[in-house]
Amino acid sequence: MIHDAKTMAEMAAQTPTATPILANASRRAVLGGLGALVLALSLRDTARADEGQTEEQKQQKFGADGMPHGWRDDPKIFIAIAKDGTVTVTNHRSEMGQGVRTSVALVVADELEADWSKVRVTQAYGDEERFGNQDTDGSRSLRHFFQHFRHAGAAARLMLVQAAAKQWGVPASEVRSENHQLVHAKSGRKLGYGDVAAAAAELPVPERDSVKLKDPKAFRYIGTGKIGLIDNHDITTGKAVYGLDVKLDGMLYAVVARPPVYGGKIKSVDDAEALKVPGVVKTVRIEGGEIPSEFMPLGGVAVVARNTWAAMKGREALKITWDDGPNASYDTDAFRTELEKAARQPGKVVRNQGDVDGAFAKAKKKFEAEYFVPHLAQAPMEPPAAVVWVKTDGTCEAWACTQGPQAAHDRLVKRLNLPADKVRVNVTLLGGGFGRKSKPDYVVEAALCSQAVGAPVKLAWTREDDIHHGYYHTISVERIEAAVDEKGMPTAWLHRSTAPTIGSIFAPDPKHELPFELGMGLVNNPLNIKNMRLENPAAPAHVRIGWFRSVSNIPHAFAIQSFVAELAHAAGRDPKEYLLELIGPGRKIDPTEIGDVWNYGEDPKRYPIDTGRLRRVIETVADGAKWGRKLEKGRGLGVAGHYSFVTYTACAAEVEVDAKGQVKVNAVDIAVDCGAQVNPERIRSQMEGAVVMGMGLALTSEITFKNGRAQQNNFDGYEIIRIDAAPKEIRVHLVPSGDYAGPLGGVGEPGVPPVAPAIANAVFAATGRRVRQLPIRGQAASA
Amino acid sequence: MIKLTVNGASRSFDGDPDMPLLWYLRDELGLTGTKFGCGQALCGACTIHLGGTAARACVTPVSAAEGQDVVTIEGLSGDGNHPVQAAWRDLNVAQCGYCQCGQIMQAAALLKDTPKPSDDQIDEAMSGNICRCGTYPRIRAAIHQAAGQTSATKGERL
Repeated sequence: MIHDAKTMAEMAAQTPTATPILANASRRAVLGGLGALVLALSLRDTARADEGQTEEQKQQKFGADGMPHGWRDDPKIFIAIAKDGTVTVTNHRSEMGQGVRTSVALVVADELEADWSKVRVTQAYGDEERFGNQDTDGSRSLRHFFQHFRHAGAAARLMLVQAAAKQWGVPASEVRSENHQLVHAKSGRKLGYGDVAAAAAELPVPERDSVKLKDPKAFRYIGTGKIGLIDNHDITTGKAVYGLDVKLDGMLYAVVARPPVYGGKIKSVDDAEALKVPGVVKTVRIEGGEIPSEFMPLGGVAVVARNTWAAMKGREALKITWDDGPNASYDTDAFRTELEKAARQPGKVVRNQGDVDGAFAKAKKKFEAEYFVPHLAQAPMEPPAAVVWVKTDGTCEAWACTQGPQAAHDRLVKRLNLPADKVRVNVTLLGGGFGRKSKPDYVVEAALCSQAVGAPVKLAWTREDDIHHGYYHTISVERIEAAVDEKGMPTAWLHRSTAPTIGSIFAPDPKHELPFELGMGLVNNPLNIKNMRLENPAAPAHVRIGWFRSVSNIPHAFAIQSFVAELAHAAGRDPKEYLLELIGPGRKIDPTEIGDVWNYGEDPKRYPIDTGRLRRVIETVADGAKWGRKLEKGRGLGVAGHYSFVTYTACAAEVEVDAKGQVKVNAVDIAVDCGAQVNPERIRSQMEGAVVMGMGLALTSEITFKNGRAQQNNFDGYEIIRIDAAPKEIRVHLVPSGDYAGPLGGVGEPGVPPVAPAIANAVFAATGRRVRQLPIRGQAASA
Repeated sequence: MIKLTVNGASRSFDGDPDMPLLWYLRDELGLTGTKFGCGQALCGACTIHLGGTAARACVTPVSAAEGQDVVTIEGLSGDGNHPVQAAWRDLNVAQCGYCQCGQIMQAAALLKDTPKPSDDQIDEAMSGNICRCGTYPRIRAAIHQAAGQTSATKGERL
């Protein structure tokens, strides 16, 4: 429990001379070549939405229990207290801007009754056997680990109390711990945490039941929103260490020329000119290019050099001819037509409720619409990067900006054919992740380069690499048809979601969305409509499809929330009132009863879909935006609400559309109900960021393909929101809960889905023009 | 041999004169606060001060810095307490933080020329700096806050 506290900057300063630490590695279980994430997927994939529950599903574990390697709460793993009282909290989840390093530390500090000024955080290396699940995606970190970190902090506090009591020879019940001090009131004696830390570390960890958590009324840091970012100083002074910033002695630098088309292979390479570039050391053939690529490299040729610039110049000088392979003709314009065709035919039924065909046959009025969302690139500001050192002694150490260090570890073990305990993955800060950095292909590339040159190698992806060779957000056509009654309310609803699946990077083109994709707003649609059929027609994949912040919620929410507003207009109704009526009265829906066997991995009994909470966030943003007020000509208000990552969010956007159709977003209200709020300050920042990212995909961002090649290269073609387009006002509304024993919702992703439909609905309110295709760009211009 | 000053220290470089300052600073000098984001002057993550003016290190060859004074985030202030840095911390602007060094360098240059910028002036000066996390509302607020403090602070490089 004792070691010296190190900040990220100090760790980085020591990095060049640091010897790899492989202690504890023997505790890691071998996964037999299958990664944690794949395991999670394959387990869940056995569940089909349209089938009854199997015995296996009935015994399904939920939350952190259901994740590979589950959770740990041993204070000896997560908490160190030095003699000077410095508390170092080990955070095992990747920091990519969501604030998890701060939030985890403040949870532990609160239960530990620590003085925040004496708290530091250190980053765990990838070892899920030791730390519990480290796969940082799915908006799960605090949802899954809040209670466990509370417990670790409280257990350590109890150990400090016991140690002080022993030293004083008094009963532990007479010792209080208070702001980094142990106090014996009767005798007036006091000890600092550092004074008894060594003795406390010798004590056994208390039985779980004997550890009392704080009464939330006594929280000093949790829920207050007053704690600043723990990495603030390093970030604002340039000392913070990201994947691209790690430097080792004797390190070389590499970039890779990859096949321009997914599944392409090298026909021939001429590296003579590349090797003439001053500073270039070697070219390295990277094997790969298999479909599905899983998390492995795409293949190609790496150029290893004495600096990044020389590596880039060397890459430019390579002469490679490619066999483009089976995706050579991928063209997103043509593919969209294919998707539309598929969406107009019956598809695999994933939920069927009531008698949709009968209701349509009887209906006097019917509506239909198709919505399109293109491929997107996560484009984190730090492109993928890693430093890896494959040593001659048969060990490998990596430093990487990765969302999944265990996944990276397992791929290195597999590709390098090393024993699991000989590979260590250290986690740096991530310069953004948004799902891209869950896939460690770049870490493997760096390892293969290091192995080939016998030196540590820093491998950088350029922005062009990132845009051309990503794991893209899917491309989708969402078709919805509704039959309505005389009041304009739907009697039947048919939604066909047609999109290549993320499953296509793991299996030979399964063509149908997986339960976790369907469960992102399609199959678990909570609208109060008697007859509902949801279908998923087949769609092949021609590029790598991956997670993008909030994933399939983006197309599903865009389509559903736009279509509801369209129906409201057709009925001559206020869209907010209509939406609330369609959601219906507040009620708790068991997701399994509407065909959602996934429910974000959470217990459907503990996490029902609560339409009352959905209503409330919508009402909250409507109030915030002063819904119903009169707006100037050319301006409009739009609203949308959505349930995702077991959290409820709604967005109201005010837009202004000029004569050329340029859309300006003036103000945005966003409300979130994620249950109890652990770090409200970071929840606000996540919502602000989600608004901006949602605006980007609503207004400007799109990746298109021709001849299998991405047509955008950099931030000129792939446009994301800049400060001049950011709203002057983003009002974040946090719906209070305060039930810290209750179920928590996610925060990182749920802000995104309602933003695009709120903007599209606002554009309609401003102009009368309905935009069904993202990005909106100039579509709001008058014809 | 190219001679230049980086954060007050004299440096000389005899490598490829076309090498962008970005890679010279990062790979050769180990000043990794200057970030790579696009390599095309499209995102501003690499913003430094060259001769007192904000410049994109990713498209500025080392040769263009001959005889000039280069300041990076590491040299913006002796103690990391430039008013812009302080305001950034006070308002918890950062999310992932990767772009923020460039944002801070751009904002410091803005305040040097325009001590009390309006929102529109901020937007114009900062529109070359992308933040994928979307911290723009806080960036605006932090610049306003720093503007209120600028006149009271002395001894900074800008």
